[in-house]
Amino acid sequence: MPVKKPKTKKKSTNKKFVPNIVAFACNWCSYAGADTAGVNRIQHSPNFRIIRTMCSGRVTPAFILKALKLGADGVLVSGCHFGDCHYIFGNYKAVDQFEKTKELVKTLGLDEKRIRLEWISAAEGPRWAQVINEFTEQITALGPSPLNHKPKFNK
Amino acid sequence: MMENVAEKIKKSSAFYCLECGKCTSVCPISRFNNSYSPRRMVAEGLFYGGNELISDNLLWSCLTCQLCSQRCPVDVRYSEYMRDIRAEAYSQGKWGNPSHGGTFHYIMDMLSSPNLKQSRTGWINDNLKVKTKGEVLYFVGCLPYYENYFAKDFDFSPISIAQDTVKILNYLGIEPVVMDNERCCGHDLYWLGQLRQFDELGQINLKEIEQTGAKTVVTACPECALVLKKLYPERFGSVNFKVKHIAEVVAENIGKLKFNTIDMEVTFQDPCRLGRHMGIYQQPREAMLSIPGIKFLEMPHNKQGAICCGTTNWMNCDTTSKQIQNSRLIEAKDTGANTLVTACPKCQIHFRCAECGEETEKVGIKLTDFVNLVASALTG
Ligand code: SF4
Ligand code: SF4
Ligand code: FES
Repeated sequence: MPVKKPKTKKKSTNKKFVPNIVAFACNWCSYAGADTAGVNRIQHSPNFRIIRTMCSGRVTPAFILKALKLGADGVLVSGCHFGDCHYIFGNYKAVDQFEKTKELVKTLGLDEKRIRLEWISAAEGPRWAQVINEFTEQITALGPSPLNHKPKFNK
Repeated sequence: MMENVAEKIKKSSAFYCLECGKCTSVCPISRFNNSYSPRRMVAEGLFYGGNELISDNLLWSCLTCQLCSQRCPVDVRYSEYMRDIRAEAYSQGKWGNPSHGGTFHYIMDMLSSPNLKQSRTGWINDNLKVKTKGEVLYFVGCLPYYENYFAKDFDFSPISIAQDTVKILNYLGIEPVVMDNERCCGHDLYWLGQLRQFDELGQINLKEIEQTGAKTVVTACPECALVLKKLYPERFGSVNFKVKHIAEVVAENIGKLKFNTIDMEVTFQDPCRLGRHMGIYQQPREAMLSIPGIKFLEMPHNKQGAICCGTTNWMNCDTTSKQIQNSRLIEAKDTGANTLVTACPKCQIHFRCAECGEETEKVGIKLTDFVNLVASALTG
């Protein structure tokens, strides 16, 4: 579970939008990559919930759409680099499915930048942290999803 | 809960059931899956109050195709019975196995959110003339989503159905309204018993249609037609527009359409919603026969007796569905026709699914939509 930031004493008046991000990470590379980031104590933005799947190829359009339907502001799908997939061609399948999802998301009128596909290996802890930070920034800039009925704001 | 179910059984007149079993003997699902039987489903509801029924996964398999109601001697409205029991089951958190992981159910759900601003009209090219306000409205339905999801895998373009519908209307001198903010009609949610979501979608759609000032709504999807024509009035009282399936429009205007000769032997799949639900059998046949060169061959199961394409509501698609589809395709091929025409985009998707995959033994009959066929024959 992501650790909550300790509340700062100074109360600023301008509210800042805090995104809800769902990150699907494959068991063999990206989930371990996230672990590496944690073990190495690399500071990164805590606004994501990670869901482990056996392979990025398992992440069908339905997974991403369900997350968006439930109010996620952004969805990250992450798997092994090409050639590294534990199931050999799972991540090629992931690309196909992700392209399909992107089209659906565009037709739904959501910004396609709300979903993102990345390849992160088990050794790439710093890269995991970097991707998460970048993506959080990107989603913060986009603002709350129109399907997010209770956007969170930090005081 | 028990009273709830009893009340619902009463409404669908299931209490009159004679247990003759005619429903089970015609049901396309029972034909391939002998653990499914509408007669048993009715009996279970009557004798045990529906408790078991609610947790039965087969509850979600019924295609609501109404073939059984066609045969029932005492007019048990089985599809409505299914809808109501499903509503009860849904309220208790039970659900079937959605196809495609539930993709389309999630889309329907998202579309009921009033904040959404879709971008769904990208298919309108320069050759097509549409308006934002006017007498005639074309209700596109889920075709843009099907295009995104199915076009690549099934090697056909669902959105071409929308394009060809506008082409036909333009040919008739009609510039239809196409709505930017159109939502899913909610057909599947209705038959799955999710009436709250259905009503939400319906309210948005009716408001949008009213704003365009349309007097006639045309659609190329039998499900949309059924919803707009019958189910919205049933839920919201009367609506102030007429609804026509494109087959009706074409049949009414045969004199105004000029066709090239095309050599083709075709047979026709009556979609359940167009046929048994709305009683439109003749119009698509007349329209096709008016195209010179077309030889029309009828399948043994046709019109009132037509067999469903095997899946509805994106629910419980399984080997039984594939067997239904396969046997239907064989039936079509056996007529000697080289093309099976459907008037419902979903029928075509389901049949194409049964034929896809490298290792599948293919029946090998061409599939096309009624609209595509008519548009391809138009002169000029
Ligand atoms: S509606 Fe169709 S699928 Fe359902 S029980 Fe009747 S015949 Fe079978
Ligand atoms: S056909 Fe009608 S009367 Fe006969 S078993 Fe089925 S529901 Fe009962
Ligand atoms: S196992 Fe990591 S992408 Fe397939």
